[in-house]
Amino acid sequence: MSTTDIAPAGAERVSRREPSAVLRMSEAEAAAIGGDPDDPGDDELVLLNMGPSHPSTHGVLRLMLELSGETVLRSKPVIGYLHTGMEKTGEQLTYLQGGTNVTRMDYASPLFNELAFSLATERLLGIEVPARATWIRMLMCELNRVSSHLLFMATNGMDLGAVSMMIYGWREREEVLRFFEKVTGLRMNHNYIRPGGVAADLPADWRADVSELIELIEPRLDEYDTLLTGQPIWRERLQGVGIISAAEAVALGATGPILRGAGMAWDLRRDEPYLFYDQVDFDVIVGTHGDCYDRYAIRLNEIRESLRIVAQIIDAVPSGDYRTQDKKVTPPPRARIDESMEALIHHFKIFTEGFKVPAGEAYAAVESPRGELGVYLVSDGTSVPYRVHVRAPSFVNLQTLPHLMQDGLIADGVAIISSVDPIMGEVDR
Amino acid sequence: MAERYGAPVGGDRPSRGQAVIHPSPSQWLDVAAAVRADGFDQLIDFTAVDYLTYGADRSLPEGVQPERFEVVASLMSHERRERLRMRVQVPADDPTLPTLFDLWPGSESLEREVYDMFGIAFEGHPDLSRILMPEDWPGYPLRKDYDSGRIPVQFKAASNVR
Repeated sequence: MSTTDIAPAGAERVSRREPSAVLRMSEAEAAAIGGDPDDPGDDELVLLNMGPSHPSTHGVLRLMLELSGETVLRSKPVIGYLHTGMEKTGEQLTYLQGGTNVTRMDYASPLFNELAFSLATERLLGIEVPARATWIRMLMCELNRVSSHLLFMATNGMDLGAVSMMIYGWREREEVLRFFEKVTGLRMNHNYIRPGGVAADLPADWRADVSELIELIEPRLDEYDTLLTGQPIWRERLQGVGIISAAEAVALGATGPILRGAGMAWDLRRDEPYLFYDQVDFDVIVGTHGDCYDRYAIRLNEIRESLRIVAQIIDAVPSGDYRTQDKKVTPPPRARIDESMEALIHHFKIFTEGFKVPAGEAYAAVESPRGELGVYLVSDGTSVPYRVHVRAPSFVNLQTLPHLMQDGLIADGVAIISSVDPIMGEVDR
Repeated sequence: MAERYGAPVGGDRPSRGQAVIHPSPSQWLDVAAAVRADGFDQLIDFTAVDYLTYGADRSLPEGVQPERFEVVASLMSHERRERLRMRVQVPADDPTLPTLFDLWPGSESLEREVYDMFGIAFEGHPDLSRILMPEDWPGYPLRKDYDSGRIPVQFKAASNVR
């Protein structure tokens, strides 16, 4: 099947020449003309502010909505409330420290940030990572996809009034985070995947732990099906809400579940395999209608696919090094430091100055739970990147929001924000 | 010199196996339209780099005049599963480029981010305004002559120290 069949070219509906879904208006302009929502005599269009601290906005997303009655005509996401200049900070940290910075961007799937940053650095360095390290990276990332989608299940349920789903999603996610804590020492923001490999080897009994996780989560997914998927209220609330076509999604730069929900089978793990994704079996889940229900169903079933990949990884991880033996990027082992002055100096140098990376530029992309997460690095030959740019999937996906919300109700807007699943830490960086 | 879409290809140093073309600012829209017509249906990423203090050799292809700013657009062809990067030199005294909005509407917030962070203006953009920084913010934070730590932060001691 060629991709053109599923993604017809052209993006007429989102062209500027057509009536737009995006409210292109500054805050000052909005303040000057906004109608008075409390005045019953004012039946003109109303500009309504929603957020930034609104329970359904997943952090600090603010929306300017142009309303006619309860119907949303145009809207504009106003972002930047979490902007802390992380790309600027990245220009002051060495490549070894960089992971601690980028991991905080998409805090629901921190390992993907670290992976993309490490892959870009390794591309500049031109080094190979040992097979065991690559399998460990895949294992951790797929488990992270599970925990991230479980977080989506929890918040999506909560936003739509299925409050028990929030507790269930949180409960299962916690089990995954417990395993992360055992491996990396931290529940979130691990700094575990580093240029050259991973920070530490897996604990001795990791296979038992991971098998237990799979056994625990799989039947719970069937419970979610009973609780939500087939339930008429849930379907009524999501089906036909927030529709986007594949052509629109491509034109607006959307990736991940939004693009797949619109019917386009595009997953970097399959279409541009990195790590060892070409050696495992999994299906790319695709929707048909591009509505909130499809995006929900895709994420639920992607948890199943991730568990399927994890089960294959358990048998596939070989013995060997968990980080490269290239002495340029990997410090000498602890035992060598006691007997060799040079090893001690080498260790000290790597952690103070950092390792030098050849000048040039490189881009590396991975399929994060939210879409294509890319890191663009420019090196000037020193141990600190000259420029760190992160292509955050949530930031680009947020552009679809006005198009999804147009002509819908405000109440559906809450379902739509939830189904886009933006992580504001990565939107604002 | 290799040419593709009428723009110089690559540098002295291959960019880690990734295809790169270097259109000039005046070619920018024409090359972008040719690239779009050739099946690159999605603008994946769009950013800029300020090369003001860059110490190493830029290794641009012959005939490309290095300038302070460089705008980098990453494109994806889903049909051919192929990526292409376009790097264009933008002079410091006239940091403007035509917008890619009409070719890829997804460039809207990405171009706003570059405008916000680097002060590069995109002619014809439907809503060229700051996106991450406050609307009245002075300066462009990701420029190399914009120091970090320039805004003093006041740390207050606890008033009731026992």
